[in-house]
Amino acid sequence: MKRIFVKEEVCIGCRLCEVHCLVEHSKSKNIFKAFKEENPRALPRIHVEEKGTLSFSLQCRHCEDPYCLEACMSGALYRDKKTGAILHNKEQCVGCWMCVMVCPYGAIQRDLNGKKAASKCDLCVGKETPICVMKCPNEALEYREG
Amino acid sequence: MAIVIIGNSAAAVEAIEAIRKVDRSVPITVISDEPHSAYSRPLISYLLAGEIKPGQIYYRPKNFYEKNGIQTFLGKRVVKTFFKEKAVQLENGEKISYDRLLIATGGKPFLPKMEGLDKSGVYTFTKLEDAKKISLALRDAEKAVVIGGGLIGLKAAEALKKRKIEVTVVELADHILSLTMDETASSILEKALKKEGVHLITSNTVEAILGDGHVDSVRLANKKLIKTQLVVLAIGVIPNVDPFKETSLHIEKGILVNERMETNVPDVYAAGDVTQAYDKILKSYRTIPIWPNACLQGKIAGYQMAGNKKYQYEGSFMMNSIEVANIPTISIGLTNPPQDNGFQVIKKFDRGSDVYRKVILRGDAIVGAIFTGHIERAGIITGLLRDGVKVKGFKKELMSEQFGFISFPKALRKERLLNLK
Amino acid sequence: MCVRQCAFKGHTYDPESNEVSSKEEMCVGCHRCVTLCPTNALTVRQNPLEFRANGNWTGWAIRNIFKQAETGGVLLTGMGNDRPYPIYWDHLLLNASQVTNPSIDPLREPMELRTYLGRKPDKLKLNHNGSDFQLKDPLPSQLKLETPILFSAMSYGAISYNACESLARAAEALGIYWNTGEGGLHPNLHQYGKNTIVQVASGRFGVHKDYLDIGAAIEIKIGQGAKPGIGGHLPGEKVVEDISKTRMIPKGTDALSPAPQHDIYSIEDLRMLIYALKEATRYTKPISVKIAAVHNAAAIASGMVRAGADIVALDGFRGGTGAAPTVIRDNVGIPIEFALAAVDQRLRDEGIRHEASILVAGGFRNSADIFKAIALGADAVYIGTAALISMGCHVCQKCYTGKCNWGIATQDPYLEKRLNPEIATERLTNLIHAWSHEIKEMLGGMGINAIESLRGNRLALRGIGLTDTELDILGVLPAGR
Repeated sequence: MKRIFVKEEVCIGCRLCEVHCLVEHSKSKNIFKAFKEENPRALPRIHVEEKGTLSFSLQCRHCEDPYCLEACMSGALYRDKKTGAILHNKEQCVGCWMCVMVCPYGAIQRDLNGKKAASKCDLCVGKETPICVMKCPNEALEYREG
Repeated sequence: MAIVIIGNSAAAVEAIEAIRKVDRSVPITVISDEPHSAYSRPLISYLLAGEIKPGQIYYRPKNFYEKNGIQTFLGKRVVKTFFKEKAVQLENGEKISYDRLLIATGGKPFLPKMEGLDKSGVYTFTKLEDAKKISLALRDAEKAVVIGGGLIGLKAAEALKKRKIEVTVVELADHILSLTMDETASSILEKALKKEGVHLITSNTVEAILGDGHVDSVRLANKKLIKTQLVVLAIGVIPNVDPFKETSLHIEKGILVNERMETNVPDVYAAGDVTQAYDKILKSYRTIPIWPNACLQGKIAGYQMAGNKKYQYEGSFMMNSIEVANIPTISIGLTNPPQDNGFQVIKKFDRGSDVYRKVILRGDAIVGAIFTGHIERAGIITGLLRDGVKVKGFKKELMSEQFGFISFPKALRKERLLNLK
Repeated sequence: MCVRQCAFKGHTYDPESNEVSSKEEMCVGCHRCVTLCPTNALTVRQNPLEFRANGNWTGWAIRNIFKQAETGGVLLTGMGNDRPYPIYWDHLLLNASQVTNPSIDPLREPMELRTYLGRKPDKLKLNHNGSDFQLKDPLPSQLKLETPILFSAMSYGAISYNACESLARAAEALGIYWNTGEGGLHPNLHQYGKNTIVQVASGRFGVHKDYLDIGAAIEIKIGQGAKPGIGGHLPGEKVVEDISKTRMIPKGTDALSPAPQHDIYSIEDLRMLIYALKEATRYTKPISVKIAAVHNAAAIASGMVRAGADIVALDGFRGGTGAAPTVIRDNVGIPIEFALAAVDQRLRDEGIRHEASILVAGGFRNSADIFKAIALGADAVYIGTAALISMGCHVCQKCYTGKCNWGIATQDPYLEKRLNPEIATERLTNLIHAWSHEIKEMLGGMGINAIESLRGNRLALRGIGLTDTELDILGVLPAGR
């Protein structure tokens, strides 16, 4: 199954991946509306870690045998049969944060805007290539098998 | 070959799905004393609080059993087992044969010796029926007393508060959540609960439940009386081993299982809250009645029963995520280490805030942690604990709220990022 | 994001008012922020602080005096001469075949761009056995190029490791060469040795025994087009750990190359060094000598060839640099077009044109410039600035600050990451492929199918808007004749 891998040697910490992930998961998918008008603002599902000159981005690894699926008490997290991605059903989520507790990558965030629910990367279901990979200006994100 | 599963919750469902991944045709029978399809027990407090719709408590679709070719005996209780004959017997005398048996009967509430348990208005809080009954009883209740300040007790108390009931929680230890939290974390939560209007009484217990047929008050150990119309017993859960007590199964607190989820009886497996399995942090066999552990054990039992011997149980550890009075908290592993040497405690607490962060090390590895207020990315610490990673080189970073993969040395980071689960 | 991408602190974010504001006076015009802004919100304009119109006292002249009155220092700058001297390439026009000598379509018929650089023998002595001919003596060593373009000398230190790696990898992929400049050769790049020309400059930075063995050719640097007569300068801040090791100098010290090579004070000294290098490498590698294009370039070149140089490299005054005094860069040296024509003609007149190949450099902007240079007599062309531009450079001329926002002219690891060698190598390769194809188109249009037929063929060119003297020096007829 194809997943996103980051090359920390060429990540420049510009955070365009976070910007475009947010826009892609917003209602309007328009960068101006997404940032200036939408309330609550959408959450990016990718997170850039930075310290000194080192930076790289992290998102859900869509593990083959995920801890989060085991820990979810409400059945909100499930595996998409077609793509193999781990997806999250916001309606079913009760915000118990068990997934936050077990994800070894810290890839799941708490979305506190409105209904309490978890939030994480969905591999841009429906798109051929995830938007973060497409928009990285330095080709630091790869979408490949492995 | 026929597989029989006693139980219909977390462990059972995972076992079914694991078996079906390996073998789509082997007959599976599920026996449960509850009449419902598989539902999520942890969600009953959300149901009681009115935060979820009744249908949401079912976490698999309605056709789950049909789609997976499961024969079900719902609302039927197993009363006897015949291990030599390889059969189980229901209350109505019916015998069901098995080639492989999985015991996943879960836990049952611990009932103390107490006067007045038989009065109406007294409930436990572990099953869907409990939530439904309490919900009905709320119509005639203004006050409630919750006995037990642990995870179940606090969830029940908050649910009742949301339903506009005046709640008093009575806890035997000197602070709530005494099994999972330390005093600092508990005090943060106690302060918040009190601010919410929940009455907390610690270092005390209910001696007797009083009332004429229906409960009207409770008497504490210090002889104080509290008026109430509703009592919820939430002292704890213990493994539900009643049907197996007189058998040859090795049972201490729970049914003992090995790394393949096998009991001492051939072809009999056990998984979930009913088991006593290896705790890799405490390095002994314990009951660890939490959802993720039940799922993991159920999954492994399922694979093993279906013939896939690759999946083995490497041991689990205590872990809990609970939000109390709007403060999210996470506690994992050994959170109250003994005072003797060998353990190092690193903690950070901004007094006046709800943010508390504590990590316990044994040698070079993390064995426990508590987070309150700020739980973002706590799973990274859980991962380090789970894999026994040596963290000596970046101990100081553990307290930072920005702690992440960037704090790891490069080699460790590459290994953990590229070694996908 | 613009705040973090600008190393010159041109943008700042005020969290209190939640606003980004720009400090115009810090902007160097590198366009980094413009290129990366996800909403295309930024653009760069000349800052319109205008002085009264004055034909002599331009704003530029006035501001330079302000700076020097303030500091008492020498004005420094980067890149090549940016003054509006005439560009003679733009006054030369090409021919095309019409009617006679039909044009050739490069997409349908083979075209030979392959070029060999090095000394060619006076005569070929052949042994023959019926129709089977063989050379009696081995040829002097040659550099083989698949296209007559090379990457010019840019030192590791002036540019980043990632930039060097990209040049090396592109050179390997294209079958051409890159030049280490006076920075030495980083150990990780030794694997590209067979596509590397190693330079021995006046500071002898990084010159050790293996260095000479690893390169495919050795270039003695006498001068550089951007700053003829003075040596190189790498400020101490840019001499970090890796630079220190590669150049073999202490960390943090300024890397100052002396103006002359102190063991070359005459043409005889040059001959000694050339032959010392030839002996040290057992005559297996061509030796190139690089000079700046100055007034006596022709005579100097003749001397160099007689001293044993296999390649003469001429660097015109448009050539770039990481750092040079502005007054030298803008006033010293002559256009490469004249130097090339003069050197080529002189060597032909003396009958020694075959003894060395001529390489030219200095502000080549496109394939037409290269084409015209070959017609004027060059064997091949070095490109420097153009290569950097293909990697992302926007010619803001601030290379000497070490704050290149594109990760090219910097040693700051945070900035260097911005140049991803995967991307840069591909872009360099794309550029050379594109230019090679255009050269083939121009050749084909003239009815020629081999670059050899263009080399030194002044009749392929006509001048336009040139004086008689200029036409005479360039050796071309005016358009119309």
